Amino acid sequence: MQLAVLMGFVLAASSPLLNRWFGHRASLVLALFPALIAAWLVSQAPAVFNNGPLLLEWQWVPSLGISLSFMLDGLSLLFGLLITVIGACVLIYAGGYLKGHVDIARFHLALIAFMVSMLGLVLADGLLTLFVFWELTSITSYLLIGFNHTDIEARKSARQGLFVTVAGGLALMAGLVLLGVASGSWSFSEIGQMESDLREHALYTPMLLCLLIGAFTKSAQFPFHFWLPNAMAAPTPVSAYLHSATMVKAGIYLLARLQPELGGTTLWVGILSVVGATTMLTGAFLAIHHTNIKKLLAYSTIMALGTLTMLVGIGTDYAMTAFVTFLLGHSMYKGALFMVAGILDHETGTKDVTAMGGLRPLMPITAAIAMIAALSLAGVPPLFGFIGKELMLEAVLGADGFRALLILFAFSSAILTIAVAAIIAVRPFYGQRHETPKTPHEAPFSMLLGPGLLAFGSLSLGLLPAMLGGDALLSAAATAVSGQPLAVSLSLWHGINAALIMSIVSIALGFLLFKHWDNVRAKLSLLAPVMRHGPEAGYEGLMNGTVRFSEWQTRLLQNGYMRNYILVMLVVLIALIGNSILVRHTPQLSFVVDVRFHELIVVGTMAMGALFATISRSRLASVVSVGIMGFSIALIFILFSAPDLGITQLLVETLTVILLVLVLFRLPRFSNLSTSLERIRDGSVAATMGVLIFLLIMTGWSIDQFESISTYMVENSAPLAHGRNIVNVILVDYRALDTLGEMFVLALAAIGVIAMLKLRHDASGDSKASESDKNSAKEPYDG
Amino acid sequence: MVKSGTIILNTAARFLMPLQLMFSVFLLLRGHDEPGGGFIAGLVAAGAFTLYLFAFGVSATKEVLRMIDPRDLIGAGLLFGMVSVVPAWFVGQPFLTAQWWTIPVIDFKASTPLIFDVGVYLAVLGSVMGMVMALMEVDKDEP
Repeated sequence: MQLAVLMGFVLAASSPLLNRWFGHRASLVLALFPALIAAWLVSQAPAVFNNGPLLLEWQWVPSLGISLSFMLDGLSLLFGLLITVIGACVLIYAGGYLKGHVDIARFHLALIAFMVSMLGLVLADGLLTLFVFWELTSITSYLLIGFNHTDIEARKSARQGLFVTVAGGLALMAGLVLLGVASGSWSFSEIGQMESDLREHALYTPMLLCLLIGAFTKSAQFPFHFWLPNAMAAPTPVSAYLHSATMVKAGIYLLARLQPELGGTTLWVGILSVVGATTMLTGAFLAIHHTNIKKLLAYSTIMALGTLTMLVGIGTDYAMTAFVTFLLGHSMYKGALFMVAGILDHETGTKDVTAMGGLRPLMPITAAIAMIAALSLAGVPPLFGFIGKELMLEAVLGADGFRALLILFAFSSAILTIAVAAIIAVRPFYGQRHETPKTPHEAPFSMLLGPGLLAFGSLSLGLLPAMLGGDALLSAAATAVSGQPLAVSLSLWHGINAALIMSIVSIALGFLLFKHWDNVRAKLSLLAPVMRHGPEAGYEGLMNGTVRFSEWQTRLLQNGYMRNYILVMLVVLIALIGNSILVRHTPQLSFVVDVRFHELIVVGTMAMGALFATISRSRLASVVSVGIMGFSIALIFILFSAPDLGITQLLVETLTVILLVLVLFRLPRFSNLSTSLERIRDGSVAATMGVLIFLLIMTGWSIDQFESISTYMVENSAPLAHGRNIVNVILVDYRALDTLGEMFVLALAAIGVIAMLKLRHDASGDSKASESDKNSAKEPYDG
Repeated sequence: MVKSGTIILNTAARFLMPLQLMFSVFLLLRGHDEPGGGFIAGLVAAGAFTLYLFAFGVSATKEVLRMIDPRDLIGAGLLFGMVSVVPAWFVGQPFLTAQWWTIPVIDFKASTPLIFDVGVYLAVLGSVMGMVMALMEVDKDEP
């Protein structure tokens, strides 16, 4: 399985090639990949149902306890199937939707990469592995939202989605680390088998809050919900896949995964059910504001995500059953509806439902699919959505805490959802025919297959819930979420009970709301001034504030003058070093140093060189005196028998002088730029720095806290590292990683210098450059 | 700027450059046991080319370099550095663990640290040459 996921990344990388080979059929070829994984998952299903979770071990960084192990239990099986089956549908659909698009290869690349990241996320057994895949889904989502990168709105939305989810990812990382520390294990399967109760751990509250922030941002819970509607800037297949069926459910997945270990406390139930219910109502309420079909669906997705969070929070057996059922139902109908929305957009050229109408005779199949999916969304029998909604209402009625609030919110959301479903299924297809930017006709087969399959799933699973192992799958998933064996047996008819009555009433009220939708919308638009102060305004304020702050500090600290940079750096260093050696540790100085006469001479020469370099009024003289200083240092190295350092110092000095000479000719005439006051300031900073460094060295000399490491290096250099030159052995063996890093720094610095010089070079004119190239061949450096 | 190209410098550079380059390779190879090593050797080689550059100019030096762009040398250096990391993986040791092989006929100790050192050599040479040549090219443009 791990191989399949890794293969997926390879496949993603090779998708441009596949697109070249197979042309517009590449989507079909790529869809084989998720289909194969789905087939594998199905083949593993009986084992999971009968024997419990399947652990596929794979070491990654054993020394840190990080594994790439995958765990396949009911929950990850359910998610895995959703990801792969809907993934295959979406890929085929996208082949029709983006047919002929120039960047379709880029789309495939990001989509496949997302798919395997998501798969890795739901299968990961290691906490950190989950985190890695989690971040990968954020990044691929960013790339997909910003797919139309020439559109400024798309770019802005992509960035917003990234900021919100990655900020949450940071919190998640903290939470996962706390979880790892608290439990002493970095794998979900081990944590699950632990005797000790994490709920009583001292770190429980901070850990839970961090994890919840991560999950809530990813799953667009209130007050982080605002990024999801904006993410609709993505092409519709992406919205169908990432922003309704899979990625936004990653947070929900995490909550479900953690529920057996962390759930059930007052804090957990309180936060999850209240935030979930609030999100549910907010989503449903905001949905009917919009006439853009994708925004409608996006807000209704927020509503569904809120419902799922609430159900995990309630935590009763009924709620767990409702959770898995609602999850499966939602993914099917919402995926289908998004794809229908894409068809409508594709065929009519508009996303505004009020601008469409009477399309049913022109696109009968699309209309039928939309009707089935919308009925499932509305929770009308005999569709699967009905079962999900019924169970949800029953779970809410049986909730332990906040019952009145939850019932009220759930009931209102149900009414609003029915109105939304009716708007989508009826508005575009019935009534009077409107003129649309494009002349619509039935969508191609590739675009109908995916939504058709999902709508068929909603219908058939509704009629026969036990079919295709539906009960078994959901039982296994519910067992994984609740942490104890739970058998799910679904049926359409639950008898006449409170939930059924609520359903019927909400359908009636919802239909009424749909009838008066236009009026309601007009009334709601009066609320616009209030709405502008929502959480999104907070986000905007934070972003603008950050930009302003960084502008201010850039102006202050990085004004482009070298002398200013050096001054800032030295002052900071003085503050840090001064604080640590004068305030935090009292300096223990001993000035008993064994000094020879010839050493004093060398040091004296060095000091003279330094002094002369600062007071000289000629640049060349300064360069030479700096050179004197450097060569004296080389001499000291040699006196203390470090030939390597000596040679290096000599060579570096030589090259420095050469570089300085090359630069010197380019500088303007020498002049005094600083006032004497500034010079006193600079001089005192320099002197303070010098004194501090001196104190630091003397302190380092006199205290002997740690055993010297050089003995080890001297002893082991020849036997272990096969080298007698210890300096070099340190560079290329003991500390090779440091050296590697330094090589990259060196390369970056060199590229930076070259780029800066070349930029000036090119700005001065290319024609001239090529001409002078010819000249210089004959007559070099006639400058 | 630098009015270079005197006869003495030209003649000296012509003979010194190959010697310096040979010396740099010598330093590189013996670096593990005696004073030397990739960094020093790279600097010596850079010094050799810089001397040639001063004597004959950018275009002539480019010809000597056989149109190898110093920037490519930087990249090659980093590549060597990264490649030397890998072999340890195949014997199941952590990355960067030094591997030693003896080439039988000439009794030469080949090793990943040596590959790494070659990387350092190339990166240093490329960086210095890149900067010096870029500076000289700018000068050439603005009389």
